[in-house]
Amino acid sequence: MADALIEMRGIVKTYPGVAALDGVDFSLRAGEIHALVGENGAGKSTLIKILTGAERRDRGTVTLEGAAIDPRTPVQAQRLGIATVYQEVNLIPDLTVAENILLGREPRGRLGAIRWGEMMRRAQQVVDKLGLHVDIAEPLRACSIAVQQMIAVARAIDQHAKVLVLDEPTSSLDATETAQLFALMRRLREAGMGIIFITHFLDQVYEVSDRITVLRGGRLVDTHVTNELPRLALVAQMLGKSIEDVSKSESRGRPAADSSQQECLRASRVFKRNAVQSFDLSLKAGEVLGLAGLLGSGRTEVVRLLFGIDQRDGGELSICGESIGHHSPRRAIKAGMALTPEDRRAAGLVPHLSVRENMLLALQGAKGWARRVSVREQQAIADRYVRALSISTPDIEKPVSQLSGGNQQKVILARWLLMEPTILMLDEPTRGIDIGAKEQIELLIDELRSNGMALIFISGELDEVVRVSQRIMVLRDRAPVGELSGENLNTHAVMRQIAGETAGQAHA
Amino acid sequence: MKMHLNRHWPLLTTAGVLVALYVAASIAYTGFSSWFQFAQLFADNATLGLAAIGMTFVILSGGIDLSVGAVIALASMGLAVLVSHMGLPVWIAIPLVLVIGTGFGAFMGAIIQMFKLPPFLVTLAGMFLARGTALLLTETKRIEMSDSAGIRALSSVLVVDFNIAAMVFLVAVLVAWAALKYTRFGRTVFAIGSDESAARLMGLPIASTRVGIYAISGVCAAAGGIVHVIGTQAGDASVAFLLELDAIAAVVIGGTVLAGGRGSILGTLLGVLILGIITTIPNYQGNLNSWWIKIVIGLLLLVFVVLQRVSQRWSGARG
Repeated sequence: MADALIEMRGIVKTYPGVAALDGVDFSLRAGEIHALVGENGAGKSTLIKILTGAERRDRGTVTLEGAAIDPRTPVQAQRLGIATVYQEVNLIPDLTVAENILLGREPRGRLGAIRWGEMMRRAQQVVDKLGLHVDIAEPLRACSIAVQQMIAVARAIDQHAKVLVLDEPTSSLDATETAQLFALMRRLREAGMGIIFITHFLDQVYEVSDRITVLRGGRLVDTHVTNELPRLALVAQMLGKSIEDVSKSESRGRPAADSSQQECLRASRVFKRNAVQSFDLSLKAGEVLGLAGLLGSGRTEVVRLLFGIDQRDGGELSICGESIGHHSPRRAIKAGMALTPEDRRAAGLVPHLSVRENMLLALQGAKGWARRVSVREQQAIADRYVRALSISTPDIEKPVSQLSGGNQQKVILARWLLMEPTILMLDEPTRGIDIGAKEQIELLIDELRSNGMALIFISGELDEVVRVSQRIMVLRDRAPVGELSGENLNTHAVMRQIAGETAGQAHA
Repeated sequence: MKMHLNRHWPLLTTAGVLVALYVAASIAYTGFSSWFQFAQLFADNATLGLAAIGMTFVILSGGIDLSVGAVIALASMGLAVLVSHMGLPVWIAIPLVLVIGTGFGAFMGAIIQMFKLPPFLVTLAGMFLARGTALLLTETKRIEMSDSAGIRALSSVLVVDFNIAAMVFLVAVLVAWAALKYTRFGRTVFAIGSDESAARLMGLPIASTRVGIYAISGVCAAAGGIVHVIGTQAGDASVAFLLELDAIAAVVIGGTVLAGGRGSILGTLLGVLILGIITTIPNYQGNLNSWWIKIVIGLLLLVFVVLQRVSQRWSGARG
């Protein structure tokens, strides 16, 4: 295309064992806001890293205004005119706003001395041009995150950036701040800048972008003009389904939970600012509640609040009839809760410890150091769970890092199962594991449920959530948007709620 | 205006403590408030002050330099050997010692940067290396230099009661203040200490700045050793033992945050003067044990680090 500012063609990037990007094309025009969307592992961040010089591509071409470029570092990319503003603002918190805009390019006089007066004047011009109201003599840390991000944008503009990459800039902003940022983005678009906007929030995609590029599994799904792409179609593309596919999906009609069963978890009007809006939730013994939604929709935030990793800002929470005031993971575990977190490497397994040691961590932790579980007991427990969950390891003393992803997940499951929890929360337990292991975990969940355990199940794969759950709570943009159960429980209904369409509303 | 106070209050607190100490000591002890004693305060604490100036750069960048006392001793002994044993004139020997100090610091900075090592460990090794070398230079551990005309001449320089040590200290304060405020190097020091990865993404020269920071600490320590030789007319390999810890205390009492990114040379000057006054008081009060000094310094330090943490929480809550 003649007016393409950035043209990426056939980009391939392989990490050991994984093809992160497999022949992706992407183009950005001057004067457009282009949203880049996709679920986990879609390749968004890899594509951006390649464009901004944080990673090198294995194959493919990148051109900027028709000239081939190959930035090797973010600094080189900046010199070429490609600036990035990250969710985590990369500026210097202790220096003033003015310096943060001009650092490295300060006006200097004789003997190379920085001319502070001139610097303040120039910085003031830049913020005025962008319509920002900030005191440029303030240290950056005194500004809100939103203002800090806009200052990062100001810095990019003063460096004559032609391309601006905004990597999930709105994740920690409230509605007003987001509106401010969007106003700035539109202003820059009018000035002819090309903006790549990465976000999980579909509403924002539709509010501000001109075109949408969808990636999935390291491949390009398609690029669309925003107002020609219905939401449902966008969600379907992100989740890797065709619309026809979806409309045919039969309802599973799982038996509803036995109403005589006792309620073991209740949340009412629980919320946390900038994390998840007020939600109600109840869970009975012998029931699986699924949480469905796109990445960043608030699924993980809900379980973090329930487990006490984050403190709620308001609302009531009771576990097994006991009302919980100040919450903490320790308290949750005591009350009979267990959580297997989304990132099993960062938040669960200790890689160099053995299968047995990893399994017994939580149990020993709960008992305290004084009441040691003997090695013989430990071996007996570990052997039992290796068999029960069919974990394939030659030996319970093998370091857990040498196991496959699926088997690692089962080790974590075993760790919490041997605590005999009444409520088990599984955040993406099947991500990155092979199909056989997935099926086993699904079977296990069903078995636990019929034995009377209460479970909360999160998965990015809709089919899976629908298969496993009795009820599904759907989240969008960090707010609950509906609950489905019984006959209404099918993939199509869930997708419509994710896309923000009511069941009756037929959309193209 | 409120914001302004908020930003400067650590420095104001330090200044308040200094003024209170000075006034109290002046009331309690006759002669304490004399001009001579004032000038003497700078002269007596020039070595510590110079070390603390270098340490301010290091701590602002989020690092630490444990080799400072040992480098002072090495410079002291090195100057004595060059002048008294090898017969070099002082105008050659002094620049040579400064170059050695700079080189030693730059070397440590380069190792820290190249191998991504914690400054604590590298400068700890530097401390042993420098102290060992100082002791290795001669068998005597101490070289009297009152026979050196050059050193005698320098030690007799006096400008309105300020001797050469005091003047070097004050000039160094000015130069360091200007360097931190008006040079890109100085602003990069703050940037590295505040958020190194952001500084890197902003394209600031991290490696050369880090080497420069430790070189400055090295040259400051060497200058401290030189003024010590001029003051005592002797080179001494056992001088300034653990002085780096006093320097760190002065910097922190002066309001520089140990984690880096925030602080000032002016604060360090005030911190050095506070320590200086506290250590002078036993000269006036003969019955006062010197361990009182340590207790007071310990308490002050504790109060200041707690204050820093509280102010960080306070400003962090708004960010």
